[in-house]
Amino acid sequence: MSHHRREISLVAAILALSAVLAIVAPGFFAIGNLRDLLMANMPVLIVALGMTLVILTGQIDISVGSQFAICSVAAGVFAKLGLPTPAAGAAACLAGAIMGSINGVLVAYARIPAIVVTLAVMVALRDGLRWITQGAWVQDLPQSFQWFGASQSASEFVTIGVATILLASAGWGLRNLAAGRAVYATGSNENAARLAGIDPSRVVFCVFALTGALTGCAALFNAVRFNQVPSNAGLGLEMQVIAAVIVGGTSVTGGRGTVAGTLLGVILLGMIGPALTFLGINAYWERAIQGGIILAAVAIDAVGQAGSLRPAVSRPT
Amino acid sequence: MPLFSASGISKSFAGVQALKGVSFELREGEVHALIGENGAGKSTLIQVMTGALTPDSGTLTLNGHLLTHHSPAHSRALGIAVVYQQPALFPHLTVAENIALSLESAGMWRRIDWRARVTRANQLLERAGAAIRPGRLVATLSMPEQQIVEIAKAIGADAKVLILDEPTASLTGRELDSLFRVIASLRGDGVGIVYISHRLEEISTIADRVTVLRDGQTIDTRKVSEVDRAELIRLMVGREVSAIFPKRQVLAGDDVPLGGVVLETRGLSSRAAGIRDVSLAVRSGEILGLAGLVGSGRTQLAETLFGLTPADGGEILLRGQAVRIHSPAGAIGLHMGYVPEDRRQHGVVLDLPIAANTSLACLPAVSRRGMIDNVRERRLARGYVEQLRIKTGSIYAETGSLSGGNQQKVALARWLAIHPTVLILDEPTQGVDVGSKSEIHRIMIDLAEQGVAIVMISSELPEILGMSDRIAVMHAGAVAGVLSREEATQHNIMHLALGGAAA
Repeated sequence: MSHHRREISLVAAILALSAVLAIVAPGFFAIGNLRDLLMANMPVLIVALGMTLVILTGQIDISVGSQFAICSVAAGVFAKLGLPTPAAGAAACLAGAIMGSINGVLVAYARIPAIVVTLAVMVALRDGLRWITQGAWVQDLPQSFQWFGASQSASEFVTIGVATILLASAGWGLRNLAAGRAVYATGSNENAARLAGIDPSRVVFCVFALTGALTGCAALFNAVRFNQVPSNAGLGLEMQVIAAVIVGGTSVTGGRGTVAGTLLGVILLGMIGPALTFLGINAYWERAIQGGIILAAVAIDAVGQAGSLRPAVSRPT
Repeated sequence: MPLFSASGISKSFAGVQALKGVSFELREGEVHALIGENGAGKSTLIQVMTGALTPDSGTLTLNGHLLTHHSPAHSRALGIAVVYQQPALFPHLTVAENIALSLESAGMWRRIDWRARVTRANQLLERAGAAIRPGRLVATLSMPEQQIVEIAKAIGADAKVLILDEPTASLTGRELDSLFRVIASLRGDGVGIVYISHRLEEISTIADRVTVLRDGQTIDTRKVSEVDRAELIRLMVGREVSAIFPKRQVLAGDDVPLGGVVLETRGLSSRAAGIRDVSLAVRSGEILGLAGLVGSGRTQLAETLFGLTPADGGEILLRGQAVRIHSPAGAIGLHMGYVPEDRRQHGVVLDLPIAANTSLACLPAVSRRGMIDNVRERRLARGYVEQLRIKTGSIYAETGSLSGGNQQKVALARWLAIHPTVLILDEPTQGVDVGSKSEIHRIMIDLAEQGVAIVMISSELPEILGMSDRIAVMHAGAVAGVLSREEATQHNIMHLALGGAAA
């Protein structure tokens, strides 16, 4: 927790990539491009905040992409029903929180492994949605929906503002609230946390529910950027989000990680795709390179653990 | 000619000199105890002996032959076997399969002769002195039984040198006797046995010679018959430890004044925990020892008191008031603390800094308006680091980086921070070096003097006898008897623990 090695190496990687781009393809830094890039990654960042908490408790949620699709469609449908956009957004967040709570109950109280629960929920939600919508997009949205009925800049300003507040609250809360301590303690040693009076099941339930709500929020900010809602929104979002959190230095086994790391992970992975285009490399390489970065991040963790003073199998001197 | 010798072994890690010219020799048919405080270099020496570590300098010989390019596989082939404190078995395989895996070396595609495997396992287990069915899954074995399986593996591997690393940490009474019988029989077969233990009584029982390590150096090798306990402790710590179990010795005949009854149970039962009809009372300032064999229900009683396992009969009274405790949080609210047996699994959160571990059970007390107040937390942690003499560079160091004794003190600090009226300590000094052990005992007495009611579970009879005001002995989930300090002897305790009727 006290060492910021991962954060520093991510900043270095981002700066290095920026330097290459500045020399080879300065067009990357055109205001319009950066703005697009920023807005495209806002949903990833918001969901990644929740995912950071989930992974910190030693769990995983691969259903966020499907939750995102449902929340997007819900926001659109509610808006079409005549709800004001903020209310439609609140409904989307609520829908997310409910789906997150289902995951949370099954993982924390029914004690089913998170990978199984969220895999099942991912498939069930995605295909359920496809069945209900018959693949149709939500169209003919009211004027007040896109850009919240305001200008594009104003809407983007709100989005960035909300994301910044969420980011700051998550970072601050993890450090300064007893709830944050409970998240770290649960992920790093559930038994010891229970003996210290923490209820690990409640902690796990809450992070799943919160992740659902954040996914709903992200879905809203994404949906208002367009004048129709695709029913296959958020396809592959879970991978982007989990990758960003892990590259950001959160330990997959829980207990270690920071929100700052996640932010840097989102930035680095978000830059790669467009950077490749600007560098004239085939965009098909994007996923491969992202995969390589994830492997590198996990490998660094593994080597770091092996080299630390604490052996994997402990025995006293 | 010694069976095995190590001479002038030095090894350093990242600038820290773990071993400085250590010499050690083991004869055929000898039990050679290796003792020293935590961090004295015992583990490193074992790892050098087994080839897991290559020494920076020094030589190893086996039967007079110099060992070069020593590796774990090489040492196993030469008949050097280790049984670690934590058995390393495959829990989802049977006993016979576990034994076979380490002994059978034929190719991947060979057909398995199941009958031969079982027969072999039976023979080896018998020599190891235990009646364990080879078809049982290792996951269903108790810790002592798992250790027996490890020993059976070593016997099967035809070990010439057998290293036992704290084999008795989880053993009690009968299991201990049976282990000693196995050791004696192996010694008779000419096996050289390196015996590592923190329990000095055992060493005088079982060992022929003893080598003391301190700060990575060999301090001395003596014949066990020519050295007494006090001398061994002096060699280990390099200073006189006048009282290892100070309550009785320092305060003999002059008790800590006992107050009123703080914690009382009346007919407490829990089917889930396997305890029945437990009626006990602990007074303010009293240390109640809870003795019994492993599996007699001592830890389960503690877990029921602390709200981890639901009680389904009887009642718990705190200062005369009936209370219901449904969760650890509830117990903490009543100012009860519980230092569990397994420090690394339950006691402390190794990834968290010392400060966060100390404040974990009393976060509201170091918070202001729901926010953790770093100044208060720092003050709290610094206070306990100083008071309990926790050896660390910083209160923000990860708890996992501390030695076992210091981790245990961090676990204690967490409970002191809630200002307990009742403190339950489960094996508080298990796997802790002699120096820290005596400090932990001192802390317990200070707490008793401040009026805390203490329940201490321990499998170490001298500790129980030395520290307790009264001793409750458990057998099969029930209290077999409660002994006063005058009545308590090793014999009486074992009599009750083994199911004998109260005298």
